[in-house]
Amino acid sequence: MISPPTSDFGNAAREGMHDDSQARTQARLALDGLKSRRAVQFSDPHEWAALRALGGLIREHTLRHLPELLETLETNLTANGIQVHWAETVEQGNAIVARLVGEEQVKQMVKAQSAVCTEMGLHHAIESLGVTVTESDVVGGLLQQGREWPSHMVIPALHKTGDQVAPLSGATVTDVEGLCRMARRTLRDKFAAADAGLSGVNFAVAETGTLVLVENEGNARMCASVPRMHIAVMGLEKVTARLEDVPPLLSLLTRSASGQAITAYVSMLSGPRRSDEKDGPDAVHLIILDNGRTRLYADPQWRKTLQCIRCGACQNHCPIYDKVGGHAYPGAYSGLIGTILAPQQLGNDDAGTLAQASRLCHPCTEVCPVLIPLDKLLIRRRIAQVQAAGDDLWLWRLWALIHRFPLLYRLHLVVLRSLGRVLPQMKPPSVNWPAALHPRRMTAQNLHQLARAQRISDA
Amino acid sequence: MPDARHAILARLRAAQDKGHLPPPDYGRLDPRGWSAAERLNRLRQTMMAAGTEFLDARAVAWLDALQQWLAAQDVPGCIYAPTTRVGQKIAAGWNGQAPLVPFLRPLADWKDELFAQAGAGITTTHGGIVETGSLILWPDALEPRSLSLIPPVHVALLDCRQIYDTLWQAMREQNWQSRMPANLLLLSGPSCTMSLGSEPVVGIHGPKRLLVILVEGDPAA
Repeated sequence: MISPPTSDFGNAAREGMHDDSQARTQARLALDGLKSRRAVQFSDPHEWAALRALGGLIREHTLRHLPELLETLETNLTANGIQVHWAETVEQGNAIVARLVGEEQVKQMVKAQSAVCTEMGLHHAIESLGVTVTESDVVGGLLQQGREWPSHMVIPALHKTGDQVAPLSGATVTDVEGLCRMARRTLRDKFAAADAGLSGVNFAVAETGTLVLVENEGNARMCASVPRMHIAVMGLEKVTARLEDVPPLLSLLTRSASGQAITAYVSMLSGPRRSDEKDGPDAVHLIILDNGRTRLYADPQWRKTLQCIRCGACQNHCPIYDKVGGHAYPGAYSGLIGTILAPQQLGNDDAGTLAQASRLCHPCTEVCPVLIPLDKLLIRRRIAQVQAAGDDLWLWRLWALIHRFPLLYRLHLVVLRSLGRVLPQMKPPSVNWPAALHPRRMTAQNLHQLARAQRISDA
Repeated sequence: MPDARHAILARLRAAQDKGHLPPPDYGRLDPRGWSAAERLNRLRQTMMAAGTEFLDARAVAWLDALQQWLAAQDVPGCIYAPTTRVGQKIAAGWNGQAPLVPFLRPLADWKDELFAQAGAGITTTHGGIVETGSLILWPDALEPRSLSLIPPVHVALLDCRQIYDTLWQAMREQNWQSRMPANLLLLSGPSCTMSLGSEPVVGIHGPKRLLVILVEGDPAA
């Protein structure tokens, strides 16, 4: 059974930083590749600015009308023959899937990679019912076999080279082409034999009652077309009002996520197979999941995180994510969006230290295709965490006081210089003092004195 | 779960901001104004970069060209939709040198057999899109979606006169919102993955090869 990574970010981050260097090198290479591919796609700054303004506005519209859109979506999906279920919690969602699986006597299921399914622990929940669940995307499946947790929400084995991925299967395949051939052969039997297919949803169009699935490999198409039942799971923020919202959102998603103008397959599903069609599922179910999203919605600022289209660009550009890796983050989402989402989904206590996981360096905010103010949200998260923790407040108040009065400032420098030799051996004043910080050494002369010695004037 | 639905919607309504937002301006998605030749050229370039193969049959009989290609590429025949107009043309013009398998029965009746087919699934398309390098596939009762999914090779017939600059343009001009099928597909290359290294790797779960046959006009004519 795969356990999610530890919820203690501090320790997990330290582990991640001291992780075997090949994984970090591989992840950095892969991230560099993703970043440069994205940069090529958005090389026209005017087009980027206009498209993300449109994307941001469309997502704002979704949030402005969210309850009505969800109702319209439900009405039109139902009219199309898709059965809609609502789940407030992960437990409810899993129970719905369990019921469907039981009712339809599902013995074998194929599953396409989906962050929401990871969020729900759905794979394990279905397996515990005695159903065989096969992850069908080529890398997700191997991670499953290798008992590993995905480290990136779009590219789950970002931290592995092709050579490292292959042995996860236990087979003797060593090259990437051989791996793909083997994956294709193995999975085809599974697709053909499965009773049900499980997938996420990238966008759900209220106007037409349509589920949009975006992928390269073809496994989501297989899961949604070949078995007699298709179960789709989505967070409630994935709805969008009109079909014409899809072109700009799709463009922003694929170009931000993998630097592709579009993925090999974009499926728009508006029902189970029609009565005269020869293929397609007999039944399609959609589960709309809350799991803390309505709590985010209740706050006008946190609500903006619901604009997220799960492109992963923020995590690709995050130096912290680059350093510590996706496994250090609790839950299904890593990088900046995970830093903001995790406390809501897991409770502030579990994920409080995550608020420190930022240099406030800003690239995440600059690359977000739907204009989520990640920097402001992160600062707010950090203020909340510090105020809740309370440990360091006295230190920060003292710091603020010292910097308010020039005399106090100079005095404190004198004090620090005279304690210069003693300071590194002192116990840190706060329990949150990062152990990774090297001991500080104070210089004999301050910067003003050094500059004067070099005849650089103060002015 | 009616309770969950009610609770979720109630929480959303309680916090909803009903203030005015300006409407999105979709007009910036308008067509780019490329010429027909430019459109075809760009579409081809983009799709070939993703691994798609092209067969230009604008000046020749496409069915003959296809059968020659299949023979040269060692692809053992075709699986096709026999009741479409194109299907009838294929059946009438097939030279019999390779198997021609009709998709007549429901998939459930012959699933294992179809999965074992090594030939090429052949379908029509409802046009192409330049901006993304995509084809529009509109499976229906006569032309099942499995033809472009299960066989290892997919052959798609594209009428060069039906190429749109952008997805938004195609959507509007073909009036998708009032007639969505159960399964509409934007197809932009053979199956691939971006998850193994920094370059795409072609040939995963969908067809390993995609051949686009360019025709001028209705391929059933």
